[in-house]
Amino acid sequence: MTANPTVSGSLRNRLVLTLIGGAVVLAILLFFAVRNYAAQVAQQGQDNILEASVTSILDAAALRDGTLEVDIPYAAFSMLSTPSDDRVFYAIFQDGEFLSGYEDLRLANGLEDSDWSFKSGELRGERVRQVSASRTLVGLGRQTEIEVVLGQTQDALSQTLDQISRNAALLGLGFFLLAAALSFWVTSTTIGQLNKLTTSVTRRGPQDLSPFKKPVPREMAPLVMSLNSLMGRLDQSLSQSEDFIAEAAHRVRTPLATVRSYAEATLHRVERKENREALRAMVRAIDESSRAAGQLLDHAMITSRADRLEREDVDLVELIRELVQRLTPIAEMKELSLSLTGDPTVPYSGDPILIQNAVRNMIDNALKYAPADSTVEIEVTAKPEVRVSDSGPGFLPEEIDQLTRRFERGKNAVGTIGSGLGLTIAEDVATAHGGTLVLTNRPKGGACVILSL
Amino acid sequence: MRYLIALTLILLPGLGWTDDWEDRLIFNEGAAGPRLRVVSSTDTVLFAPLIEGFVAQNPLISVEYLVSGTADINERVRATPDAFDVVVSSAMDLQLKLANDGYALPIDDIETPSWAQWHQSLFSFTTEPAAIVINRTAFEGQQLPQTRQQLIEALRERPEEFRGKVGTYDVRESGLGYLFATQDARASETYWRLMEVMGSLDVRLYCCSGEMINDLASGTILVAYNVLGSYAAIRTEGKDALEVILPTDFQTIMMRTALVSQTTQEPDAAEAFVRYLVTEKPASQNISSSLPPLTSQDGATDRETIGLNPALLTFLDDLKRRKFLSAWENAVIQ
Repeated sequence: MTANPTVSGSLRNRLVLTLIGGAVVLAILLFFAVRNYAAQVAQQGQDNILEASVTSILDAAALRDGTLEVDIPYAAFSMLSTPSDDRVFYAIFQDGEFLSGYEDLRLANGLEDSDWSFKSGELRGERVRQVSASRTLVGLGRQTEIEVVLGQTQDALSQTLDQISRNAALLGLGFFLLAAALSFWVTSTTIGQLNKLTTSVTRRGPQDLSPFKKPVPREMAPLVMSLNSLMGRLDQSLSQSEDFIAEAAHRVRTPLATVRSYAEATLHRVERKENREALRAMVRAIDESSRAAGQLLDHAMITSRADRLEREDVDLVELIRELVQRLTPIAEMKELSLSLTGDPTVPYSGDPILIQNAVRNMIDNALKYAPADSTVEIEVTAKPEVRVSDSGPGFLPEEIDQLTRRFERGKNAVGTIGSGLGLTIAEDVATAHGGTLVLTNRPKGGACVILSL
Repeated sequence: MRYLIALTLILLPGLGWTDDWEDRLIFNEGAAGPRLRVVSSTDTVLFAPLIEGFVAQNPLISVEYLVSGTADINERVRATPDAFDVVVSSAMDLQLKLANDGYALPIDDIETPSWAQWHQSLFSFTTEPAAIVINRTAFEGQQLPQTRQQLIEALRERPEEFRGKVGTYDVRESGLGYLFATQDARASETYWRLMEVMGSLDVRLYCCSGEMINDLASGTILVAYNVLGSYAAIRTEGKDALEVILPTDFQTIMMRTALVSQTTQEPDAAEAFVRYLVTEKPASQNISSSLPPLTSQDGATDRETIGLNPALLTFLDDLKRRKFLSAWENAVIQ
């Protein structure tokens, strides 16, 4: 009966994917940002030490009696000691002429522009950071330029970078995991609000068309509002149509009664056999219409009473007995008898008019299908439960579930007067009292309808 | 047996048997496996127990042991790096420069403290202090000097007695002598005053610790400064006349180092040899005539062990070396 909606995509997946995708991108950005920054800082650190070392060598240069002396301080190389034991290369030049150190270490080009030059390059098969600097010495009538080149391998640096990269990767991973967990949480709480609304819609009774009052997040308010207004319109049009049906049934029943009394009177007066037959059929058809109109009225009445159930304390047995007494003449006309058994008193709190109406419909049904000279048994027990059994043909097992629907009639009901509303009314009453209506067949044959309240 | 070898070795150089080498000996000759060429500044007597221990563990490997001075070793390795597999020397600065210049093959997984190795390619395996060795006959009835200052005073008191009878390294020839001298000069000005005093006493200059001790034992000299303590301790055994003094003012302690040549033909055997020197050495320290083991620097603040770091390159700079040698010559050669 419920039409499955067309599903296109998932809000949850879209939210989770967007958030996690964002987290991945941010984590990767974080990793590279931290790594690059750390690389710069580490390189700056190495450059600073190389610069200090070169400075101390340059400071140790002096012109003595016109010759250049460079008394390299012990600390100049001592400060280049690293945990990875990086190799050190240096060269000292005077006016571009090689003086001392490693000859394969070349002077940086363009040293004239600025005093200092830093560059990375290859030396003896290893990556080397190289610093060059120069200083002009002025002696007696002589001026000379001393240049110092200092190179150091980068093992310690790359080890530091590896470590930082590992830590940055861990940081990025941690950030990602946190963001992922957070996005899952946020998504499920957001979707949870929708689920809550769905549950409260699903849990409603079939007649409950009242507006939703529970608080919802602001974003969902329009949805609930339009849901409420839809239900309001539905409720209104439903009650309108029920009012219309009741009005129509009422308007039809009164003239029908008039037509019936005319038909009865005419039946007494005519004598021709075929005319009497026609008139009898007419009366029967009028009875059927009148009964249907009555049941429609009953149903409308029950629907409205069930919506606003007013319970009062009654004795079920007393209630049913009164009903049985009222129905006994009708049963006797059909040469049937009614028997009431069960507990002496069954106190119950419910709507007596509804319960009587339901049980009357059940007994009516039984009277219709019971064979002549049989007994319709009515049993009231303290469960509380009202059981109406007959010894007629019983229900067909394949349609037993559908018989309580409106205007649904059994296949074996052909030729019997009925509107198909009787069992529907009984079930509506049971539901309104929070009970059930069960249709079964008795083992010895015959139908049994149980109204549990 | 060992003493026989030692005796032969001491006598042999005089006979001109070796080809330019101070000493040359093959251990485990005839072994089926590779032959390691180990060039070393350590006298064979002192090093033989180590090699014997190594070939006992690795019977397939034979070892050709070549001895020369520290400076000579440095030059030979630089000239023909593929002629040697393992280089052992007491001149830490020259060894470090070899490693820094790329002559050493890194060995990755030798377990040794970080201060006892450099760049995973230079490994130290002994700690040996520089000592003052004195022939007791010169100090009979007098207190033995315990510091450099006391030595200076003792020498100044009796110049006539000590003239021509003091000895030290010729730092121009000996790599180890140069290392000791530069470290002493860094540590204290006392070194220069001592050199001036020794210079004024017509100091005798030696290439090696061994010769100095021989001359001490024979009485040619009475005082020797900066002799290798390990040599002195072994050589003075049974020579009551000699006294080894570790100066109490400050000490200069050297670590003997080994490296595998970058161009070795037998990297596995050479690695195994260095590994043996570094890791197996402490087990054999009960052998009295062997080299002292590597001792930890922890807590030994007053003992100055020369550090294995690039600062050792400082005094090897041509300009610096020229300056230092001229200062030294000014002090010693008068």
